[in-house]
Amino acid sequence: MHRLLENRNFLGLAFMLPAAVLLLLFLTYPLGLGTWLGFTDAKVGRAGVWVGLDNYEYLFGDAVARLSLFNTLFYTVVASVIKFALGLWLAILLNQNIPFKSAVRAVVLLPFIVPTALSAIAFWWIYDSQFSIISWVLVKLGWIDTYIDFLGEPWLARLSTIAANIWRGVPFVAICLLAGLQTIPPSLYEAASIDGAKPSQQFWYVTLPLLTPIIAVVMTFSVLFTFTDFQLIYVLTRGGPLNSTHLMATLSFQRAISGGALGEGAALATAMIPFLLAAILFSYFGLQRRAWQQGATDK
Amino acid sequence: MSQDVEDTQGMNYLVSLPRRVVIIYIPLLVFLFVLLFPFYWMGITAFKPNAELLSRTGNPFWVIAPTLAHFKHLLFETAYPDWMWNTILISTVSTFFSLAASVLAAYAIERLRFSGSRQVGLSIFLAYLVPPSILFIPLAYIVFQLGLYDTRWALMLTYPTFLIPFCTWLLMGYFRSIPYELEECALIDGASRLQILTKIVLPLAVPGLISAGIFAFTLSWNEFIYALTFISSSENKTVPVGVITELVEGDVYHWGALMAGALLGSVPVAVMYSFFVEYYVAGMTGAVKE
Repeated sequence: MHRLLENRNFLGLAFMLPAAVLLLLFLTYPLGLGTWLGFTDAKVGRAGVWVGLDNYEYLFGDAVARLSLFNTLFYTVVASVIKFALGLWLAILLNQNIPFKSAVRAVVLLPFIVPTALSAIAFWWIYDSQFSIISWVLVKLGWIDTYIDFLGEPWLARLSTIAANIWRGVPFVAICLLAGLQTIPPSLYEAASIDGAKPSQQFWYVTLPLLTPIIAVVMTFSVLFTFTDFQLIYVLTRGGPLNSTHLMATLSFQRAISGGALGEGAALATAMIPFLLAAILFSYFGLQRRAWQQGATDK
Repeated sequence: MSQDVEDTQGMNYLVSLPRRVVIIYIPLLVFLFVLLFPFYWMGITAFKPNAELLSRTGNPFWVIAPTLAHFKHLLFETAYPDWMWNTILISTVSTFFSLAASVLAAYAIERLRFSGSRQVGLSIFLAYLVPPSILFIPLAYIVFQLGLYDTRWALMLTYPTFLIPFCTWLLMGYFRSIPYELEECALIDGASRLQILTKIVLPLAVPGLISAGIFAFTLSWNEFIYALTFISSSENKTVPVGVITELVEGDVYHWGALMAGALLGSVPVAVMYSFFVEYYVAGMTGAVKE
């Protein structure tokens, strides 16, 4: 018994047990089960039978499902690009010598802390068709005559939900990139400036290359969160108007849980996996790059 | 102080003050305004009487006759206190459970170095990348099969699936920074592995535990899709789901009550966060940087 407790393989197994059981039962198994369900015609309360690629064929021919794929890609690409640009800008601003630096940094992260479903309610109210504060201000300024129906028009609704997503995502990107910026030694900027580099050149040739590895990781996380977003859309529009804001996640919820077509919803959810894998592989190559870029100082 | 300024400021002293105002302070103020305005708006709406809410005259940015009616409605005429209690209970239990499981797992992967520990470490990281949006359908199926549907257990058991990978990954980084020699000394003195973990490693990893705990707590407090899918009766709902599904009655939106609910549901995490900002940031950036 004593010898067994000294054996690192046995001990390792014993220590891993609680985490492993939970993850295998509630993560690995559902991942497999979800893929399997996608090939069946399971409904709520009824185990399905194997139907091969029927669900995928049906979804491929379904205009709403195709629209949701387009919406998801549009939402992810637009929101991620803007989150990156604004996040990097905010990180650089926060990296300056400003008063109340740590307080400002703490406050900036608030949108990320607060439950998305709850802050989305605030946006719902801000976007309200009759009492929107944005419309009120624009009318007072004389820029528009009638209140804007932010969530009532397809393209306007897409852009409005993207704006809310950006609002929530920018702090995450900014604070993570700020952590990266703080690891760049000031001496590099001094050296660059002695060599006659202008601020813009310092940004392109010092800041950006040294920040690339962390940008790759942060943006992969950001893309993953955005691609699989659910709460914001569910609260703001439930996919409407005319399914114009349905993401794959919200559509799979609607089909599987509200509509009861588990198999079809699972197929839709499984269809997200290839995109996520692509993003993760991208991150992997970003990480690889980091190893040679930072050499031995890599943690 | 001057030393400190020089270190962080770099060559900023070369930039004149008017220029600094234009390129730093004004953009920063705009950022802060946009990021904080929804909270201000949430707060001010929660205290507005309905008459002020639905009038287009007057100044909407201020409240003339503040009222607690929305909070009263929320606390005494809805199941909000139940949702709050559920959220606190579920977040606390799943956080503590995940922390305990993660400490053991991270220690095993990082320090026991059992055969295959590297692969296990990698799969933990991959598990961290699996989003709840692709798991909720099969998980609903499993939860139903286990007879856990519409119970708090459904959430307390499924939340650790995204908490454990994160906490383990973060703690692995912390454990790595603790010198081996300390453990070797204890081993020579005859300490068992469990004693080493509880008496030497854990006290040294307290900042890591706080980071992981605070981050895990906010993650479970904010969780939405599982709570929406696995819970159907009002008394078992969490705050985010309860506010969204129960306070909206048909086409009549009780904006005051909705905002009061959102405000009350946000304050506990915001307060906790404010006490542990540094730990939270360390947790968030640590998991990304490693």
